[in-house]
Amino acid sequence: MSAGMQDISGFRFTDGRPNLRRYHQARWDEPVIFELSCPGERGVLVPEVEDQVAAAAGDPLAALPPDLRRAEPPRLPELSQNRVLRHYLRLSQQNLGADLNVDIGQGTCTMKYNPKINEQLARSPRMTELHPLQDADTVQGILDVIHRMEAVVREVSGMDAVSLQPRSGSHAIYANFAILRAHQEAAGTAGERDEVITTIFSHPSDAACAKLLGYRVITLYPDAAGYPDVEALRAALSPRTAALIITNPEDTGIFNSRIREFTDLVHAAGGLCIYDQANANGLLGITRAREAGFDMCHFNLHKTFGTPHACGGPAVGAIAVTGELARHLPGPRVVADGGRFRLEAAGAESIGKVAAFMGTASIVLRAYAWVMSLGAEGLREVAEVAVLNNNYMMTELVKIRGMSLPYAQGRRRIEQARYSWKQLADETGIHSDQIGIRAADFGVHYWTSHHPFVVPEPATVEPTESYSKADLDEFVDVMRQVAKEAYENPEHVRSAPHNCPVHAIDGSYFDDPDRWAITWRAYRRKLRAHRAGEAGTK
Amino acid sequence: MTTSSPMDSGAAGAQPYIPNSVPAVKAEMLRVIGARSIDELYADIPPELRLSRPLDLPAPCRSEHQLKRHVESLLARNVPAGEALSFLGGGCYQHHVPAVCDEINGRSEFLTAYAGEPYDDAGRFQALFEYASMMGELLEMDVVSVPTFDGCQAAATAVRMAARHTRRNVVLVAGNVGRDKATVMANYGRADLEFREVRFDPATGLVDVGHLGRMLDHEVAGFYFDNPSYFGTLQSGLDIAAAVHAAGALLVVGVDPGSLGVIAPPGSYGADIVCGDLQALGMHMNYGGGQAGFIATQDDEALVMQYPSRLFGIAPTRVPGEYGFGDVAYSRTSFDKRENGNEYVGTAAALWGITAGVYLALMGPTGMREIGAGIMQRNAYAQKRLASIPGVTLPHAGQAHFKEFVVNFDRSGRTVGEINRGLRERGIFGGHDLSAAFPTLGQSALYSFTEVHTQSDIERLVEALTGEVAR
Repeated sequence: MSAGMQDISGFRFTDGRPNLRRYHQARWDEPVIFELSCPGERGVLVPEVEDQVAAAAGDPLAALPPDLRRAEPPRLPELSQNRVLRHYLRLSQQNLGADLNVDIGQGTCTMKYNPKINEQLARSPRMTELHPLQDADTVQGILDVIHRMEAVVREVSGMDAVSLQPRSGSHAIYANFAILRAHQEAAGTAGERDEVITTIFSHPSDAACAKLLGYRVITLYPDAAGYPDVEALRAALSPRTAALIITNPEDTGIFNSRIREFTDLVHAAGGLCIYDQANANGLLGITRAREAGFDMCHFNLHKTFGTPHACGGPAVGAIAVTGELARHLPGPRVVADGGRFRLEAAGAESIGKVAAFMGTASIVLRAYAWVMSLGAEGLREVAEVAVLNNNYMMTELVKIRGMSLPYAQGRRRIEQARYSWKQLADETGIHSDQIGIRAADFGVHYWTSHHPFVVPEPATVEPTESYSKADLDEFVDVMRQVAKEAYENPEHVRSAPHNCPVHAIDGSYFDDPDRWAITWRAYRRKLRAHRAGEAGTK
Repeated sequence: MTTSSPMDSGAAGAQPYIPNSVPAVKAEMLRVIGARSIDELYADIPPELRLSRPLDLPAPCRSEHQLKRHVESLLARNVPAGEALSFLGGGCYQHHVPAVCDEINGRSEFLTAYAGEPYDDAGRFQALFEYASMMGELLEMDVVSVPTFDGCQAAATAVRMAARHTRRNVVLVAGNVGRDKATVMANYGRADLEFREVRFDPATGLVDVGHLGRMLDHEVAGFYFDNPSYFGTLQSGLDIAAAVHAAGALLVVGVDPGSLGVIAPPGSYGADIVCGDLQALGMHMNYGGGQAGFIATQDDEALVMQYPSRLFGIAPTRVPGEYGFGDVAYSRTSFDKRENGNEYVGTAAALWGITAGVYLALMGPTGMREIGAGIMQRNAYAQKRLASIPGVTLPHAGQAHFKEFVVNFDRSGRTVGEINRGLRERGIFGGHDLSAAFPTLGQSALYSFTEVHTQSDIERLVEALTGEVAR
């Protein structure tokens, strides 16, 4: 008789559907790097100075003003190379990236796939080893890429002129407000028109950057159906209106079909209209800033255009403006002269610079490669599938007990949706952020929303085009499981995480100046002070 | 499980980055949604806003291989600094990037993560805490922010922090600050800060401390200068700090972190806020894409509350001996308070912060001392050799320098532009032309020497320059 053979796969499915993953994140219990230090170890050797150079140079430190001579060496850790590598690899394993997880719980951030070929191309020495002050003749390739990518952004937005200098989406918002201000200074309306109108579902940086440029911020709240309130807009408009900055769709994913009415009203009142298109993933090739009546917009290349998020940058925020505003764009500009590209210095009416050099050109290259892998048809497919995936998620997620989708009942939504766990919180005492922490035990990120929580107990899900139906189903299953636990075993949710690298963190340290520690040296110093204080009271 | 054969699954039309581009899958999902077509999902977009034609974009590459060929054909028109002999500096520098730096920042886990929580992204929080901690040792400062966009932005934010802290709105900026930085700062403060320039002495490249003294008054929030300056000159900070503090203002100093293995950190001579660019710490130049800014202060609560960016702190967890991390004083930020937070916060250059941490861990105190001393030796050697060329002068030769110095060609009768064109024909990228941005320096260029430059590289430059100057 032969031994039996187990149907291993059979144990992985229930009723034909895959079971939840028995996930556990790596837990290396890794020390802080200073604790790994061993005096004398070295991680990398520095090129030596030739004897003749050293002899001729003498001791340059002797020529320093005395207060510029470092008294003692920096107390950096000392580790051999493979120990540094191992430490950081372990930390990397205690991190989830979009490459590893079904990263659709981080709504508004468009955690899509970043093709590896683009990364490989951008890491070519012909990109990485370019100095930004090289003569234009020696950087024709990257200037060409910037020039081509500007044309892509012009076409996608319908606007007339583009700058790729800002180094993030928020930086782009800032740059657009600087352009608004420069425009007003040129028109002589800078003092009179000092109000910017935005909505509560637009990004916090829309409000914050307006304030930074000296504007008073008026924030509109949605109407009962979740749409930006046109009556509230009418009431807010006045001869003091400088601009409207708005997202469409907002974080709720609801498309404001009256957007042209909004922009017309603002224009009639003498203001300009800025479209926050950080995430335009559901709209590529479908609808554009130009037709909706905007004067300026921006795109985060790390959202809509497929470049990596990199734990939060490096990045690019592309800004696009009308012809009338083009003279205020940051410089220098890439100009094509026949087959050759050159840099033209910023003109007198330019806002000047918002970043060193030409911004993050290596990210522009990745975005350009992404566009060239898809083309017009592919970009539209991106948008359509992102919207298909989102509407599929909406259909499935609202079936979960305790979860709802406030506003715009019966309407379709674009690329993301903001759900509410209010019913679940009312019935179980488990809050949205706790659901997120428990979800991490299944290997998925989850995010609530920006502050303030207008939607109670919010969750923002954006499936993008990058995940399969099975991936989406898995995310839904995780949400369903956590909700079930909240009803049946709330303590298990409350005491999460269980399968992450660390357990519940004592957050009280972070708002206590006596105990917060932003560096290891501060931590050691405060610990010594506390110990001395305790010894003193004994 | 799919049962259809490749022949009829629609795979030919599927896009590799879009799993659900498979027609059968789309149809199934539409059925679940209860929609007849994808177009129906866009019902809320009015026809007059719909683009009625395909986007007018170049034809895409139809395979990964074709894309590679296409992009490589564009990049072929770049000449990387490694193929020429480059002496360009001015805020971005050619350094050796240790292989481990690229290995770590190429990891999917870091490269494709974003804004996860301290539980599922514990590694990101710890890596950035360690970055701040190692920078803190280099700077002898207890608080270091997560990176901002670049050194220019770090300076622009640092002076705004000084303005908020002092509740004053005049910022003095040294005239020997690079023009990019000066314009970024001015732009960032255009609504409510007033910038006044403190002269530098063209004969020394240093801040005119007498002029600074005359400019300081009770309206001044802070004085900003770079040490080393844009010209590479190093200046004593004690008198400057004393004068600035006597006026009740803050001293804000920009520093090259790569100098701090041998040079005293600005806090030691009285800087209240220290900032700079991280690019020299393990980032490739990337045509300016390798820049990242840092800001540091002591742990003074009032000053900490002025940071706009995230600050990651360390704390215990419910398991003894376990390190947890999280956001310190989050209520400062626009994430929490929208327009009532400090400036704004968002994506910046976190991956370069992690990389700078890797770099500092690899280098250690010995590596940082050796690289700092070696760069100063190479610059001293290069100064001697270049000064020996007839027609070439070094206007700031009497000063201590780090990493770069000004070379003047007035006596040669040739412009920097002409000389650099000649050098390029010889495979050399000459120093950055300063004649437009700093006319008081005449026909001058900024030459930078780092650990990548050998004696023979410097000698090749001397020979080429000798020829060009005499042309």
